[in-house]
Amino acid sequence: MNVPSILTVPEPLADSTPVVELRQVTIAFDGPPVLENISFTVAPGETRILLGPAGVGKSVLLKLINGLLLPDRGHVLLFGEDISALKEDELFSLRARTGMVFQEGALFDSLTVRDNVAYQLIQDRAIPDDEIDRRVRQALSFVGLEETFSLYPASLSGGMRRRVAIARALINNPELILYDSPTGGLDPVTSTTIIELVMKERDVHRTPSLLVTHRLQDAFTLCTHRFDAAKNSMLPLPQGQPDPSTTFLMLEEGRLIFDGSLHDLLHTDNRFVREFLE
Amino acid sequence: MRYPVLGSAAYPPIHRPAQIMALNRLDRTARQTVLTVQDYWLFAGRALLDLFRPPVYWNDLLLQSDIIGVGSATIVLLSGFFTGCVLALQSASTLAAFGATAVTGQFVSKSMIMELGPVLTGIMVSGRNASSMASELGSMVVTEQIDAMRALGVDPLRKLVTPRIYASIAMLFFLTIISDACGILGGAAVTVYLNHQNGTQYFHMAYERLRSPDIVQGLVKPLFFGYILSSIGCFYGMRTTGGTQGVGRSTISAVVSASVLIIFVDFLITHVLLTLFG
Repeated sequence: MNVPSILTVPEPLADSTPVVELRQVTIAFDGPPVLENISFTVAPGETRILLGPAGVGKSVLLKLINGLLLPDRGHVLLFGEDISALKEDELFSLRARTGMVFQEGALFDSLTVRDNVAYQLIQDRAIPDDEIDRRVRQALSFVGLEETFSLYPASLSGGMRRRVAIARALINNPELILYDSPTGGLDPVTSTTIIELVMKERDVHRTPSLLVTHRLQDAFTLCTHRFDAAKNSMLPLPQGQPDPSTTFLMLEEGRLIFDGSLHDLLHTDNRFVREFLE
Repeated sequence: MRYPVLGSAAYPPIHRPAQIMALNRLDRTARQTVLTVQDYWLFAGRALLDLFRPPVYWNDLLLQSDIIGVGSATIVLLSGFFTGCVLALQSASTLAAFGATAVTGQFVSKSMIMELGPVLTGIMVSGRNASSMASELGSMVVTEQIDAMRALGVDPLRKLVTPRIYASIAMLFFLTIISDACGILGGAAVTVYLNHQNGTQYFHMAYERLRSPDIVQGLVKPLFFGYILSSIGCFYGMRTTGGTQGVGRSTISAVVSASVLIIFVDFLITHVLLTLFG
């Protein structure tokens, strides 16, 4: 059976069709809207960093993109398909093309790291065990955790759990990755390791992604560094030349108040953005 | 007949906010109750039908049968045995007043097979498994494991709920038979060793006076009880909100609702079957 490897660079979508497009999306939960009239796109090969303080609806936005929540108004287009109109059963095939890293990893406690990472492949039931093992080892090697193959999530540290979650999101060679605060609650050293992995995925596989964070340092590191596959580490980009494919979005009280590049972000007049940056 | 117009002098405005608040609360509670019942039936119905549409997770069905069936065997065995003991003790002292201690076997076997076996087994298994299902699924909800499962393209209803429902139905059927048998044996032990009566007579009466409708009644009930306890346990688990406290609340609600509903449905089934069979 021809199974895509984690080292395979995914085929880009035809022309410049956005991988994700939100049109005037609004959602509320028994009260005022959590998100109101949100519109933006994620283009093929683009990494978008969604900034904002805690509780402004960043995680809700990611779940809307993956169809885990449905908007009250507006449209969410994933790979060109309007998922707001799809049933749960019809969404599974689209979600299978998307990798998602949850805030706390969301690993299955009762399964080993191997079974967690291979979850999607095991459910497919069409891939032999040897092939699954090989691909799990490959994904774990990508995040530098080969030795955790047979361990349970309970015996891993917080940072290791996030890295296993990244391996799980990458194993099926996704066409889009959604990172929900992958560095939240981690120490600076571990956070840098995680950001390096996000950068590695961006620069090695060119997978489009949307990363939610409230840590400016992580966002700027992503924008001002590149991953060197030969040296297997990240290197700073020349001063004043940030990564052009990495751009920013910012939410304030459920509204999108900024959409632009690092340069635009640093020179915006928006008072909230300036306060956030300071 | 003409009714006065709302807002006219015939309907003076209510100036007491406490009354309005109480009415609003009553209105909200009534709406929520109706919505919850509707959600429950949709949830339980879909989970039941999912067995007839692929993919079906047979391995999970077997695993749950082991957890629910084999895991509950000891408590069912002990509770059945001691219930039979108590029945024999109580009935013998009452029947002695009429010189009818010879029918102790009939009393114990009919009581166990028609009522106490199914109901006690249902409540014991509900205490053990509805709580376990609610807390396990509730923990998975609050740690985003259910969302992760959906994001990985797997339907949690098919994967987690349907196997639990069918395993509970099948296992409760067999556990009830074990409970009935243990109850009759417990009654026999008390009759022979404490009441010093004839064991052969006890078993003869226990068997001779049983009719097919009695057995049908006793074996139909666990099918409904298994469905109730598992669907309610899973329903409350999947609706958990509010972190670890929410898991506790779901667990309590699941056990209380399942136990009460089992007794209520027992009444309905008994009434229907007695009307049918006489």
